[in-house]
Amino acid sequence: MIEIENVHKSFGDLEVVKGVSLTVDKGEVVSIIGGSGSGKSTLLMCINGLEPIQKGSIRVDGIEVHDRATDLNRLRQKIGIVFQQWNAFPHLTVLENVMLAPRKVLGKSKQDAEALAVKQLEHVGLGDKLKAFPGKLSGGQQQRMAIARALAMSPDYMLFDEATSALDPQLVGEVLDTMRMLAEDGMTMVLVTHEIRFARDVSDRVAFFCNGRVHEIGPPDQVIGNPVQPETAAFLKSVK
Amino acid sequence: MFSTSLTVNDVLYLLEGAWVTVQLTAWSILLGTFAGLLFGLLRALLPRASLPLAWLLDVFRSVPLLIQFVLFNSLKSIVGLNLSAFAVGCIVLGIYAAAYFTEIVRGGVLAVPLSTRRASRSLGLSYGQDLRFIVLPIATRVAFPGWLNLVLGVMKDTALVMWIGIVELLRASQTIVTRIQEPLLVLCIAGLIYYVMSLVVARLGARLERRWQEND
Amino acid sequence: MFDYSFQWRPALRALPDMLAGAWVTFETAALSMIFGVLIALVLTVMRQAPNRLLRGVGNGWVSIARNTPSLFQIYILYFGLGSLGLHVSSWLALLAGITFNNAGYLAENFRGGLKAVPGTQMRAARSLGMSAFQAYRMIIVPQLLRIVFYPLTNQMVWAVLMTSLGVVVGLNNDLTGVTQEYNVKTFRTFEYFALAALLYYLIAKLIVGLARLLSWRLFRY
Repeated sequence: MIEIENVHKSFGDLEVVKGVSLTVDKGEVVSIIGGSGSGKSTLLMCINGLEPIQKGSIRVDGIEVHDRATDLNRLRQKIGIVFQQWNAFPHLTVLENVMLAPRKVLGKSKQDAEALAVKQLEHVGLGDKLKAFPGKLSGGQQQRMAIARALAMSPDYMLFDEATSALDPQLVGEVLDTMRMLAEDGMTMVLVTHEIRFARDVSDRVAFFCNGRVHEIGPPDQVIGNPVQPETAAFLKSVK
Repeated sequence: MFSTSLTVNDVLYLLEGAWVTVQLTAWSILLGTFAGLLFGLLRALLPRASLPLAWLLDVFRSVPLLIQFVLFNSLKSIVGLNLSAFAVGCIVLGIYAAAYFTEIVRGGVLAVPLSTRRASRSLGLSYGQDLRFIVLPIATRVAFPGWLNLVLGVMKDTALVMWIGIVELLRASQTIVTRIQEPLLVLCIAGLIYYVMSLVVARLGARLERRWQEND
Repeated sequence: MFDYSFQWRPALRALPDMLAGAWVTFETAALSMIFGVLIALVLTVMRQAPNRLLRGVGNGWVSIARNTPSLFQIYILYFGLGSLGLHVSSWLALLAGITFNNAGYLAENFRGGLKAVPGTQMRAARSLGMSAFQAYRMIIVPQLLRIVFYPLTNQMVWAVLMTSLGVVVGLNNDLTGVTQEYNVKTFRTFEYFALAALLYYLIAKLIVGLARLLSWRLFRY
């Protein structure tokens, strides 16, 4: 379970997250929507401790993320994240990209790590690209590789930071399909996304972010289909 | 607590040496810039035909400058040319600078995207007009930092001409060291002069570059 | 047109000695590169340190190495240290001078290289649970190596060319030193130095060639 309580986050003088509280249960899929600069991506970075917070608390399975005593490296093993700019490691092959962390962080043997990586890559439909370097792949393929890379750590949670925003329109579908598959497998997921229809399809709950706060939250049919707040309605109208 | 036999005259002597360094640098860069510009354009626009030129210039970049001085100097006496040591220094350093500048110019011209050139030709500009009004102005900006580095490099490399008997800054400091036997002090002053000269050139260059950028 | 007859035979007879000198040249350059890279790494870290003194020393080193002639740097190590009672051999002064120079130039290259590896790579590595050290070793440094490989090769060629300055402080067993010894004995300046130039050229080409082979092997992406 991810418990976010009254979190504040600033960059210098600029406060981007202004007191957000949100709980994500095991097996739940929560989508965060909202305009750019509303603090949604930043919140995601705070969940696995890539960005420090100024106030409040974030607990993952009861472990305080922003406590100095917390071993962040261990905590991150159970929180996978997929970035907007996929961030493939360009000097490693697709297979090596996925194998690296299981071997070096989890200490698996080469054979085990390779078997695991091959399984994950086949799962996302890249079984024929094992020996290729990321530079030779399309953006969609690189993003699916990044998903496999995160999954190879057998995480309990997956965070998606606008995973499809940097892709060409015709490549968005393949990545969304992979994410949908994951949601159907029962993975706990937090998605920051601009794909409203997708969010409505896969989410258990949708949160609308506005000015660094959760402005409206509830089941997708309510928040997207019949929003209470005028800001939510305005935002939904603007993205359609 | 601090006594030295360094006199005002010695410092003036060092400054005279520095003036020789500046002159050598200026002449060699002048020569190197013109030759390098010509060669660089040839390399960029006629890559195939100018390949032997590239090989030749590569030799000047792969042989120590000191040896180039010695070789040219002895060749001069073999052929019986009546050139001063200063002229020999300028010519060798000039060719050396040209060898480097050629690559810088070539890089600058090749950095102009083909699409930009297509755009200018599509407006009806001739090959020469395209070169003069589009390619060269863009290439100049790309090549300028490299050229500036070259000026700084050549200024430092002028120190080697002492080997063929020119009294420039470093050689001047040597002469004084031999007389007053205070190498650390004298060398530090010489080093400081080099440092300041480099800094002045670098600052002027940076200012020029900034002014160009403001106009962009 | 000129009444000078070239005599190549004596020069060719000196070839074995000159080849031995070429080996000293290569060795000195290689050593100066090894030490230079190590010091440059330390300088790169120092220049990013929060401590002002460390930063000052790092920046000072780079700035002096880049803004004064390498011959001056060798001079000050040879004559300057000598006047402090620290007598170093001409070879050691040469090695130290080139190493000082290499370290300064390489530190600047490394800094540029670090900037060229996107910060998001560090993020991605850390998000997989890697420690900062693991991320540097397995993700950042391998990518940095590719970026600085070409400048590193160039610097090695430079180091070889710089070793020729040893003769100015009296070194007599490197390629230029050996050549000069023959020159003062025979006054066949052109022949001997032309041969030396050829050898330098070959060493430079050898280094560039080897580096190219190595980069094909190392950087497959």
